[in-house]
Amino acid sequence: MNKVISGADEAIHDIQDGMTLMLGGFGLCGLPENCIAALVKKGVKQLTCISNNAGVDDFGIGLMLKQRQVKKMISSYVGENAEFERQLLSGELEVELLPQGTLATRCMAAGYGMPAIFTPAGVGTEVAEGKEVRNFNGKDYLMEMAFNADFAIVKAWKGDTMGNLVYRSTARNFNPVMAMAGKVTIAEVEELVEPGELDPDHIHTPGIYVHRIFQGVNYEKRIEQRTVRKKD
Amino acid sequence: MLDKQGIAKRIAKEIKDGYYVNLGIGIPTLVANYIPETMDVVLQSENGLLGMGPFPFEGEEDPDVINAGKQTITMLPGSAIFDSAMSFGMIRAKKVNLTILGAMEVSENGDIANWKIPGKMVKGMGGAMDLVASAENIIVAMQQVNKAGESKLLSECSLPLTGVGCVKKIVTELGVFDVLPEGGFKLLERAPGVSVEDIKNATAGKLIIEGEIPEIVI
Repeated sequence: MNKVISGADEAIHDIQDGMTLMLGGFGLCGLPENCIAALVKKGVKQLTCISNNAGVDDFGIGLMLKQRQVKKMISSYVGENAEFERQLLSGELEVELLPQGTLATRCMAAGYGMPAIFTPAGVGTEVAEGKEVRNFNGKDYLMEMAFNADFAIVKAWKGDTMGNLVYRSTARNFNPVMAMAGKVTIAEVEELVEPGELDPDHIHTPGIYVHRIFQGVNYEKRIEQRTVRKKD
Repeated sequence: MLDKQGIAKRIAKEIKDGYYVNLGIGIPTLVANYIPETMDVVLQSENGLLGMGPFPFEGEEDPDVINAGKQTITMLPGSAIFDSAMSFGMIRAKKVNLTILGAMEVSENGDIANWKIPGKMVKGMGGAMDLVASAENIIVAMQQVNKAGESKLLSECSLPLTGVGCVKKIVTELGVFDVLPEGGFKLLERAPGVSVEDIKNATAGKLIIEGEIPEIVI
C-alpha cells in the first residue's frame, strides 16, 4: 500500500482541461502550495475549483486565476482577491457561492457515500433557487447534493507512506472532508514518515481515502492578516 | 451615541457564564475584549477552533493558527481543533449558545442581509447563512444609519437576504432593540445622549415604544 510519488508534477500529471478539483485550505492556511504551483506550471485550463476561498492576487488559487485557468469557482467567501472580482464582474469567470457549512457538508457527504444532505442554511435566500425544499418537524431545509470531484488536493502536516494523514491546528479546516471526497485524492505533506511512526489513535484521515502522497518543499505558509499584541 | 467599542461593550452584557459564543467579523470581534474574566466563556471560530485566545505576541505568530477572519490568533489550554464539516455540525445542532454578527440591513420581521450588494460587492456569505439559519440566539451589531443618512432598520430588506426571520436582538450606535416574533423593532434602551425622537427618525421599519426608555448602562 505504498502511495508515495515523486512530487507535485507527478501528482497532478493526469489532471486534464475541464476537470473538477477540490482544493483544501481556509484563506491561505493549509493550502496545497506545491500542487497549486504545479497546476500553474502545467497550464491546465477550464477547471472547476471547489475551495472555500479563491486565494489572494499573488498566492493560492489567485495564481491560477491570473492565468485564466479557472472556468468556475465554487466557494463561500472570495473577498480578498481583486483579480477574482474583476473576472467575476466582467463575466469571464463563473462563480457559485455557497454557505460555508453547505460547502463542507457537501464534501463530507461525498466522502461518506451519501447522495445529498439537508441544511437550513440559505432557505428563503437566492441560494435556495432551483433547490428542493423539504420540511422536517416544522422547519424548512434545502436539499444539497454531494460534490462530485475528479481530484481532491489536500495539504497535511504529517503523512505516512500508506497515506494516513495528520493535520496541524486550524490548517485542518476543509482538508479532511475534501480528502474523503475526491475520485482521486492527492495529499502533500510537510513531513513524510514510515508506517508506524504515526499513532493510529491520532490519525485524522485514514490512508484508504488517499491515492497519492508526497513530501512538499519550500512551504511559504503566507499569513493573510498578521495581528499581534505588544508585550506589556 | 455609542462608538464601536460601546456597541461591543453593551453586547458583552448579553453573554452568560458557560456560553459557547461565535463572534463574526467587525464589531462582533471587539466583544471578546469586554467579556469579564470571571466568566467561563468559550469562543468558537468556524474555521475549526473552540477556545480562541488573544492575538499572539509579536514574533510568535503561527500561520497554522488563524481565526475565521484569517487573523493570527492563539489557542488556550483546553482548546479543540476540528474540521469545517464538524464546525458547522455543532452550529447546526445548536451547540453554540450565542451568535453575534454584523449586518447591512435588518427587517422588522428579523430578516438579515449582510453578504452581497448586487453589481457592487460580491464577497460571499462565508459562514453567515449557516449561522443565522441555525442559531437560536442571534444578536446583530450594526450602525443604524448608513453614510447617506438612511436607516438600515427597515420594514423589508432591499439587499439579497442572508437569512429569514432569525434576528432576535440588535445593538446599534443609537439603542438596543428586540425584534418581536409578530414583527417590529421594540426599543429597549437608548444610547447616552440619544432621544427617543432621534431613534424614531433613524428607524424606517415598525418601531414599538412602550413606557419610559432607559439609557444604556455600560
